[in-house]
Amino acid sequence: MDSEGSQKTAGVVEQEPLLGPGHTFETVTDKISAIVLTRPVTPGWVFGFLIAFSLLMLLNLVITLLMVKGVGIWGIRIPTAWGFAIVNFVWWIGIGHAGTLISAILLLLHQKWRTSINRFAEAMTIFAVMCAGMFPLLHMGRPWLFFYLMPYPNPMWLWPQFRSPLVWDVFAVSTYFTVSLLFWFVGLIPDLATLRDRAKGRAGKIIYGILSMGWRGSAVHWSRYEMASLLLAGLATPLVVSVHTVVSFDFTIAIIPGWHTTIFPPYFVAGAIYSGFAMVLTLAIPIRKYYHLEDLVTMRHLETMAKVMLATGLIVAYGYAIEAFMAIYSADHYERYMLMNRLHGPYAPLYWMLITCNILIPQSLWSRRVRRSVPLLFVVSLVVNIGMWLERFVIVVISLHRDFVPSSWAVYYPTKWDWATYLGTFGLFFTLFYLFIRFLPMISIVEVRSLVHETGEDKPHS
Amino acid sequence: MAQIFHRSTNLISRVSIYGAVLIIGGLGYALYTIAMSPWYTEQNLSRQQPVPFSHRHHAGELGIDCRYCHTSVEKSSFAGLPPTQTCMTCHSQIWTNASMLEPVRASYRNDTSLAWTRVNALPDFVYFDHSIHVAKGIGCTTCHGHIAEMPLTYRAGTLYMSWCLDCHRQPEKYVRPKSEVFNPFYEPPSGAKQLEMGRKLVKEYKIQSLQHCSTCHR
Repeated sequence: MDSEGSQKTAGVVEQEPLLGPGHTFETVTDKISAIVLTRPVTPGWVFGFLIAFSLLMLLNLVITLLMVKGVGIWGIRIPTAWGFAIVNFVWWIGIGHAGTLISAILLLLHQKWRTSINRFAEAMTIFAVMCAGMFPLLHMGRPWLFFYLMPYPNPMWLWPQFRSPLVWDVFAVSTYFTVSLLFWFVGLIPDLATLRDRAKGRAGKIIYGILSMGWRGSAVHWSRYEMASLLLAGLATPLVVSVHTVVSFDFTIAIIPGWHTTIFPPYFVAGAIYSGFAMVLTLAIPIRKYYHLEDLVTMRHLETMAKVMLATGLIVAYGYAIEAFMAIYSADHYERYMLMNRLHGPYAPLYWMLITCNILIPQSLWSRRVRRSVPLLFVVSLVVNIGMWLERFVIVVISLHRDFVPSSWAVYYPTKWDWATYLGTFGLFFTLFYLFIRFLPMISIVEVRSLVHETGEDKPHS
Repeated sequence: MAQIFHRSTNLISRVSIYGAVLIIGGLGYALYTIAMSPWYTEQNLSRQQPVPFSHRHHAGELGIDCRYCHTSVEKSSFAGLPPTQTCMTCHSQIWTNASMLEPVRASYRNDTSLAWTRVNALPDFVYFDHSIHVAKGIGCTTCHGHIAEMPLTYRAGTLYMSWCLDCHRQPEKYVRPKSEVFNPFYEPPSGAKQLEMGRKLVKEYKIQSLQHCSTCHR
């Protein structure tokens, strides 16, 4: 089989295989479950886990300090009452959207290339939503009263403020987390049963046994599994679009220039998928290298993800262009100043870095050579991650720091605690991710096995 | 291969999963009941006072009007706690040597106030004005309960915001004729009669019954 990509044979384009040659059902299961059950813990994993764990402890420290001293330890002041907390919240939630798109939308679209990446992409989503969810809680003045945002029977006889997008966020993000978690878990059940059956120690048998919910692999179970996956995919699909739309409403409902714009919902959703795929690539490339999974997560997978990144990057580029155009075309004094401030003001270097990272550098993905070069792809994915963080910073901080009344203008500087909180959430994310790689099958055994049939390796060689 | 779990896990797992909804609901109900209970709200709890003052004796048996001691209720937001002089208007003449009243006499002698423990106290973020309520036909006993039957003073209401909103949203349930405001033995008519009289009084007394947040949270 030619693994250099597609080739035309008598007018039919043959796609590069999604599974490396020589795999049978057995070898797929062996390979993936061995990572969890038989492969010893390597120094590399321990080292990475320790770094992540220390950052998690940093997060603990910052949260304690926040509870004791309040959000003043961050750089937020008037007029930039929203700083890193909201930037990071939107950044993390955006990242999560790729996992759900891969799991749900690509399932409904019968895209077989999702099979080896969907498990860890969905795990990435869940951990990213957990990190994101910390910020709305932490940025409150009285975080211990977070439950006021929920409509529960309370002794004040008050509903939460349903007109506020911040309350809509509560519903959107918690629905998103619940559905993602359910979808991920249901998909895991047959794989957990595999681990249960292959586990050597008593502890492993019991834990995987409980988690696999009594899975027998009977036809009834499989039929229910397929149905459940489709239903959950159907539930999760609208969430990909709606959750980040609701998050964008946090800004669009306000009146300040740079926020009050109707392009935001599609622009944010495209940006979310953009940053999400970038993070999936950032995670997939090291994982496939260190765990020797190049035959499961192939060049075709990486190239396809790069193409999705390029496409969504172009939508995001359109978003920037139309924002700039509308600012000028509107002839609105304040809108035009907002644009000029982005281009020439105190944060202009960040804006130009944003254009470079999000628009210019990813154009390299038009080149097939770049798309198929693993190191270059890794670099581009990191650049896009940074670029998307800068985009949220530009949106939140630049619009806030100079709006209608010049006497209120100020410059926002993040403090060390702003950075510490952000790094701390990386600690949470990577601690969970390292634990996930160690204890759960990071690639969906079930789904990749279905590819064996396609590549024809399950038939005996004559 | 050998079964990992005992047969009983079939039942346990079903009960715990299907029952989870009931369990969570039950927990929620329990928490709500606790939060509304007198144990949590400290209703009906008489608190340690410097002197065991009996409203039952003074307001009930002797028939002293509320305003004799709580003098500023018709004019001010705070109803007022009496200075020791008010106690001494009677107790310089009667029960002059009672040991129970020694703290009162000591306070008078030393010119220091009696440190009463507040029984009905709203948190600092709530602004409450007595005078407007009294002027519009809300009786003392509506909020403070059967004070004339309390040998020791306790709080009759929860003082929750919902308790205030209950009347603010439907004042016709609680308003009484202005002549009866300071009557500690007033019994409101039941159900429909109260509503009928209430609606009439709400119109007559022009009760606005404000409900926007800044009315109380100023």
